[in-house]
Amino acid sequence: MIRDPIREGLAAGWKVTDAATLERDLTLDADVAIVGTGAGGGVTAEILSAAGLDVVLIEEGPLKSSSDFKMLEAEAYPQLYQESAARKTLDKAITILQGRCVGGSTTVNWTSSFRTPEATLGHWRERFGLGALTAGELAPWFERMERRLAISPWTVPPNENNALLARGAAKLGIATAAIRRNVTGCWNIGYCGMGCPTNAKQSMLVTTIPAALEHGARLVCGARADRLRLRRGRADAVECAGLDARGVHATGRRIRVHAKHYVLAGGAIGSPAILIRSEAPDPHRTVGRRTFLHPTVISAALMPQRVDGHAGAPQTIFSDHYLERAAVDGPIGFKLEAPPLHPVLFAMTHQGFGPPHAESMSAFTHAHALIALLRDGFHPQSAGGIVGVRDDGSPVLAYPLTPFIWDGVRRALLAMAEIQFAAGAKSVLPIHERARPYASWAQARAAIAALPLEPLLTGVVSAHVMGGCGMADAPARGVVDIRGRHFHLENVSVHDGSVFPTSLGVNPQLSIYALTARNATALAEALTGKAPRGE
Amino acid sequence: MPTRRQFLKYGVAGALLLAAAGAARGQPVSRPAHGAEPLAVLGMRDREVLAAIVPTILAGTPAAGQPVDAIVDGIDRAVAGLPLHLQAEVGQLLALLASWPGRRWLAGVASAWRDASREEVARFLEAWRFSRWALLQQAYHALHDLTLAAWYARPESWPAIGYPGPPEVK
Repeated sequence: MIRDPIREGLAAGWKVTDAATLERDLTLDADVAIVGTGAGGGVTAEILSAAGLDVVLIEEGPLKSSSDFKMLEAEAYPQLYQESAARKTLDKAITILQGRCVGGSTTVNWTSSFRTPEATLGHWRERFGLGALTAGELAPWFERMERRLAISPWTVPPNENNALLARGAAKLGIATAAIRRNVTGCWNIGYCGMGCPTNAKQSMLVTTIPAALEHGARLVCGARADRLRLRRGRADAVECAGLDARGVHATGRRIRVHAKHYVLAGGAIGSPAILIRSEAPDPHRTVGRRTFLHPTVISAALMPQRVDGHAGAPQTIFSDHYLERAAVDGPIGFKLEAPPLHPVLFAMTHQGFGPPHAESMSAFTHAHALIALLRDGFHPQSAGGIVGVRDDGSPVLAYPLTPFIWDGVRRALLAMAEIQFAAGAKSVLPIHERARPYASWAQARAAIAALPLEPLLTGVVSAHVMGGCGMADAPARGVVDIRGRHFHLENVSVHDGSVFPTSLGVNPQLSIYALTARNATALAEALTGKAPRGE
Repeated sequence: MPTRRQFLKYGVAGALLLAAAGAARGQPVSRPAHGAEPLAVLGMRDREVLAAIVPTILAGTPAAGQPVDAIVDGIDRAVAGLPLHLQAEVGQLLALLASWPGRRWLAGVASAWRDASREEVARFLEAWRFSRWALLQQAYHALHDLTLAAWYARPESWPAIGYPGPPEVK
């Protein structure tokens, strides 16, 4: 029997309110209101509550825990993901995976843990005046969060899907390495994306949020933060709508939280959208701008042997070979990883319909897939996308896929196919409406070179939304300062992936944890007037 | 590549057509079918369109040749869980396809949906898949994703692809 720390905590009296059950409007007072419970909100809540501050956490999604995680796509996507995992950019050319549940994307991510690369920090230093964010300055914060979340090398042999990346790359002289993971006692079953059923993944759901609740923090879930109420350069309330049990309809119940300080941690589409709906000052039109995705393209392959990409830790091997070949602000580079394969997501991602689709699916257990994550935001021709809000207030990202991006897409599809053939693939299928399975590297190379790279023909996805409330040394270049404090609202901070001024070039969770730990510690000091206790 | 002017022209025309189809029904998604479970949001006309399209998308799987009700129910449940702006879009798309001009002119399907052959439906899907009109490409992807997700979410689809289902965790 697996313990469920969330159900135990609820039974022990944690102060958690599901807004769906509210019979009347709710008004709360707190020292700090935190919107969002993902990587940024979770770490902030733990640090502020440990410093003795009275914290209220607001989460749009539901509180689900290991007892609820049944490893079924049909349940997990609508329950745990933004827009049932069908969130897309404005032109519907890019599908975006983001969590919407207590723990945010950390509840459903694939556990990949990387420190922010030096090349990324160097670019921020040069272009955004963030000279204080050196690797040395951040090292203690990385170490602290790596300890807190048990981030360590994964010593279990990779599953075949990942091993194929290592073997294919090795044949071509391309370096790969192991990905560190935030797990303790992982069962190596491969369902991280549907909520960890064994609580091995050290997500916010089982670490910082329980710690904050133990410290007396209050959590309101099923509540969508609509706007900050602003008066004279300060926020004096955050106003939220209660949602029904499925998170679809507003119930009409309103939740209002008054606090001394407000932390936005709704993720890099949610946080800028709150500022937009709040009509926050934006004199330089920076809010929601420079939103980045690591636009990701996919190459499927048919292997002679079983791969069983649904089984085993999902992402354990990576290659930065194609990131390191050019300058960070040169032609767009990409990181290679191997994603988990489950029937629904695989079938939706796979182009076409009818017998050709069914035939590919029938070889599901022999399917291998690689993804290439393009490092956007460093080159002048890679300005990212813009977050806006629809008439109903819901956020949407417009992200133009430019020739600069397409150039990288073509190189990425070529690189993945070459590695897959080197690993022994019988055929390789780039995820593109005009592509078909190619039986040799020569055939694939010629075909990929000729593919029309256009939106809605080329499969493009993202699981890493970053930017939109960028950090900078001056309001003309960003939304928040180097501590995450809003330039124009004195009691508002942003603690999530939206503060990154570019993409990262690595899976973002650890960068968010470390930067947030640093900024939340400074915030605790500012609000309490004393240095926080050590760990 | 369509020019910006073409895109605007088609975009505006398409938006008007969709708006007309949606407005004709007075609400984004039609009323639940009689007797359907309370979470359902699709109406009978929506279901009729889907019942014609689903067997073509799933041709070659064990779903082909079986009654499509269960899969249409799965689509219905999935749509009911989407945010309202997406529910409205799906509702407009299905209303458009259910309308005579939408089926005849935009989809190019001459027969009523319940009489349409697999070949006719496949031709329509292929035309939208490779349309130069982004709105139709988007609509194709919506039909593709909703149908395939509804089928592969069902454990009965798994034996044919060798997926054992989730392991037991106790």
